[in-house]
Amino acid sequence: MPADRALRIVLAEDSVLLRDGLVGLLTRFGYEVVAAVGDADALLAAVAEHTPDVVVTDVRMPPGFQDEGLHAAVKLREERPGLPVLVLSQYVQRAYAAELLDSGDGTGVGYLLKDRVGQVEEFVDALREVAAGGTVVDAEVVRQLLRRRRDPLARLTPREREVLALMAEGKSNGAIAKALVVSEAAVGKHIGSILTKLDLPPADDTHRRVLAVLAYLRG
Amino acid sequence: MTVWQALGGRGYLRSAWPWRSVAFLASGALFGAVVLVGIVAGVAVGAATAVVLVGLPLLVLTALAGIPVAAVERWRVRTAGVGAAPAGAHRVPDAPGLARWLVVRLKEPETWRELAYAVLLALVLWPLDALVVTFAAGVPLFLLATPLLVAVEGEAKVVKLWTVDTWPAATGAALAGGVLLLAGAYVLGVAAGARAQVVKALLGARGHDSARVAELVRSRVRLVDAFEAERRRIERDLHDGAQQRLVALTMRLGLARLDVPPGPLADQLATAHGEAEKALAELRELIHGIHPKVLADYGLEAAVADAADRSAIPVDVHLDLPGRLSQPVESAAYFVVCEALANVGRHSGASRAVVSGGHDEGRLTLEVRDDGRGGADLAGGTGLTGLADRVSVLDGRLFLSSPPGGPTLLRVEIPCRPTEPCA
Repeated sequence: MPADRALRIVLAEDSVLLRDGLVGLLTRFGYEVVAAVGDADALLAAVAEHTPDVVVTDVRMPPGFQDEGLHAAVKLREERPGLPVLVLSQYVQRAYAAELLDSGDGTGVGYLLKDRVGQVEEFVDALREVAAGGTVVDAEVVRQLLRRRRDPLARLTPREREVLALMAEGKSNGAIAKALVVSEAAVGKHIGSILTKLDLPPADDTHRRVLAVLAYLRG
Repeated sequence: MTVWQALGGRGYLRSAWPWRSVAFLASGALFGAVVLVGIVAGVAVGAATAVVLVGLPLLVLTALAGIPVAAVERWRVRTAGVGAAPAGAHRVPDAPGLARWLVVRLKEPETWRELAYAVLLALVLWPLDALVVTFAAGVPLFLLATPLLVAVEGEAKVVKLWTVDTWPAATGAALAGGVLLLAGAYVLGVAAGARAQVVKALLGARGHDSARVAELVRSRVRLVDAFEAERRRIERDLHDGAQQRLVALTMRLGLARLDVPPGPLADQLATAHGEAEKALAELRELIHGIHPKVLADYGLEAAVADAADRSAIPVDVHLDLPGRLSQPVESAAYFVVCEALANVGRHSGASRAVVSGGHDEGRLTLEVRDDGRGGADLAGGTGLTGLADRVSVLDGRLFLSSPPGGPTLLRVEIPCRPTEPCA
């Protein structure tokens, strides 16, 4: 996180009430909202104009109130690979998450339930993670997926599945250790075992954690 | 045009109507005689051999005799055009196979109505037909031919009553025959019209009723459409109104909590924040139940996978659809799966469920099976009955097999065509 410069954000949200609230929230946490727009076309234009560091967008926007925001996000990531995008949805569904994660290599992507903005600090943490190139998927999607026992997840132990779920939420080893009340070394061991079981051998690839999460989400 | 209208017109005698009428009545007399022989033979032989079981199929066959007889009678009315052509009302068997067809036929009243008509035809109607043809066409023609017969054979017996052997008498008989033939043409027309009326009254579909049924089905379709539209409106209103406000409220409460030093006020704020978040979660579930967005955006496969994800017990999904289906079909199919999975979770005691389906021969087929204890009943639960109604509006059908001890299998079939995904 560069301390000398505030992260520049383009925000797309059609509800004026919520947009103003989000601008206030982001500003308060030291982000610079360079543009706050109300529909998908304006979002594309604003990104082209301002080249922000992060994009935060709602899924459902005018004119169709379908999934315009999501499509805009996918399009933006096609045009600018690596542009961090955080998508907010009224409810989380795997279909939306999959479409978003398939864009680019799955890094620098966040897919969160809109309600999460109420938990202000968690929301800002997630945004920070995405801006830093991490992958954040809402705990609700993760929970839904956990209910379905499918290969290769079937090979994971319950504890390993818990660790993987927390990884999908974008948590660091330290944060996972804290959440599960175990040592960080134990978390590292679990992750190593998960990567082996998911057939992700050690390599120079720095995104193995992301790949594990993606393999898991795509089922 | 029917014979009744023709009878009122001026050119009746010169038209084809008298000929049509006599053909209709004469063929009726012939056909009725054949039916009489057939039924008597069928019953006699069948009853005689019933003891050795050979006769039973023959008796069943005789019971079904009304079906072809009725078909021929309807065809005769239609072809002769003497009256309004009636249509039958046989049910279409819901499964292929001769046995199923037999059961449906023997159970429905239409079969017995037609058999009753066949018996009436054999015993009453055809002798009447023959009588009318004889007296309205046969006798006048014979009278007309009297001079010829006198010339050839020296005498002619008129109606077996008196013998004509003189020329004046023969000429008189011929004249009378001509007059009677003209009158007979009208008698034939009236008789044919009345006879067609009998066929229509006894064999016609209950026309009034079927029109009302069609109207009822239409109004049900309208009702379901209106219901769907209303669901969407409510979903959109909640989304764009209440939900946005609640999100904004929780966000403000969350921000406020950051500014408040620890103390009673902070606790109050925390409670309020928690309550607002709970309300938001409940609202989200409510909206999802009203009309899931993923169904509209990604179609049935994704929505069913999503419903499976939400299910309390593990659910495997094997769906293979050619693309998007029409919106009412997707909607009905989705809610059937949801209700079925909810029932599986609530009542079945199952440890696993499978949703499978596909699109084949113009129909969508979906099956939900579980390994639970069975004993589910369509009549018992209101949920499934409501779903069966929704499916039936789309001309679809819902089957439930749930013997005590399980397993339970719910099957839905809806005729439909894949549609292009809407942009």
